Amino acid sequence: MALRVFGSGVLGRLGLQAQVMQAAAATATLAYSTVSQGYKYAASHEWASVEGNTATIGISDHAQEQLGDVVYVELPDVGKVVKQGETFGVVESVKAASDVYSPVSGEVVEVNQALVDKPGTVNTSPFEEGWIIKVKMSNKGELQSLLDADAYAAKCEKH
Amino acid sequence: MSRPVLNILRLCRLPIYTQLHLEEALLRATKDNWLIINDGAFNPAIVVGISGRPPELVQCDEAVRYGIQAIRRFTGGGTVVIDHDTLFSTLIMQGSSLPQVDCFPQPIMAWTEQLYRPAFAAAGCPDFALRENDYIVAGGRKVGGNAQAITGRRWVHHTSFLWDFDPERMGLLRQPAKAPQYRQGRDHLDFVTRLRDVLPTRGARQRLVEGIVSSAAALGFDLQERTLADAAPALRHPQLLLGTKLLDLRTFVAPDGDGPQRRTT
Repeated sequence: MALRVFGSGVLGRLGLQAQVMQAAAATATLAYSTVSQGYKYAASHEWASVEGNTATIGISDHAQEQLGDVVYVELPDVGKVVKQGETFGVVESVKAASDVYSPVSGEVVEVNQALVDKPGTVNTSPFEEGWIIKVKMSNKGELQSLLDADAYAAKCEKH
Repeated sequence: MSRPVLNILRLCRLPIYTQLHLEEALLRATKDNWLIINDGAFNPAIVVGISGRPPELVQCDEAVRYGIQAIRRFTGGGTVVIDHDTLFSTLIMQGSSLPQVDCFPQPIMAWTEQLYRPAFAAAGCPDFALRENDYIVAGGRKVGGNAQAITGRRWVHHTSFLWDFDPERMGLLRQPAKAPQYRQGRDHLDFVTRLRDVLPTRGARQRLVEGIVSSAAALGFDLQERTLADAAPALRHPQLLLGTKLLDLRTFVAPDGDGPQRRTT
């Protein structure tokens, strides 16, 4: 947060303030991780990106950074019913198998098969190519209980 | 402020398959903290991590001929061969009991060094250290395997310390594709070491066990000695899904006319 304020002040004097504010608005800032705006976050470090009734789910940049190199992703079966806050799979990084939790309830309609051969995509592109599952939501109201980017960034900075 | 309770479970020669089931049940079905020490497994076994592919990690045809049990465990990490000379030490923790330790692999690993370093010193080994993701002694020789499972704000970190090992059984493992940098290309027998060689004095094995328990107390836990009867009810928890499975290595062996000859261990 402090770096963003410093940067915008300097660039403002160079007439670039509007561009900086626009770029800064796209992300919140942790010390070294990215927290993208427009996503909803669970306290357990998963994100949900909603389009219609479908939520695409992955793990945050903070989580992938803390886990280390991802070597395996255990994907659920398509058709599996998931519940908010319950585990739907496992991400293995060096030495550790970490449960991942669904931020929403519903039915798994797609899994990211690319992660079978390239699990490290979770590290290199946690918000885009590294998505894990897509869920047809059974209760869109659950999204209200998730954190927005700023709240998630603040939560992570407390630790 | 009260000290968090750490349940101490001392076992001897519990089969590793049972131990892993018990650990996973205590992790998933309770909110308690446990330090489990199993002094030796009942029988030898090859234990692979959650995603381990036996053909890449194990000399499967040799292992089938040898007749050794193979297990897939619920934690990450690599492959180990264990037997009665493996000393198992397992920590199962509720994150709130260690608020200064983030529930992620590296902070957990770093905290365990604080537990084990004094224990090894008390047993006669002052140079125990964590290097990359391994416990080493004697300037760079590995003394055991580590693995973790993290579920929300609970985690398990278990270690198999090699008090001694059988080189023939160790030879049933293939060299993994990825090795830590500090290995520097060394052969397996130059990379790992037997704890009995590092702690040669009489009674050192027991002193190490007691040192681990004492170190936990020094780290701020209120120790409570428990028995298997106290821990076992976790295995009966409804809806408990356990990830530890037996592996049939024969499914990874190419069929031939004669089939592999089994040898009893």
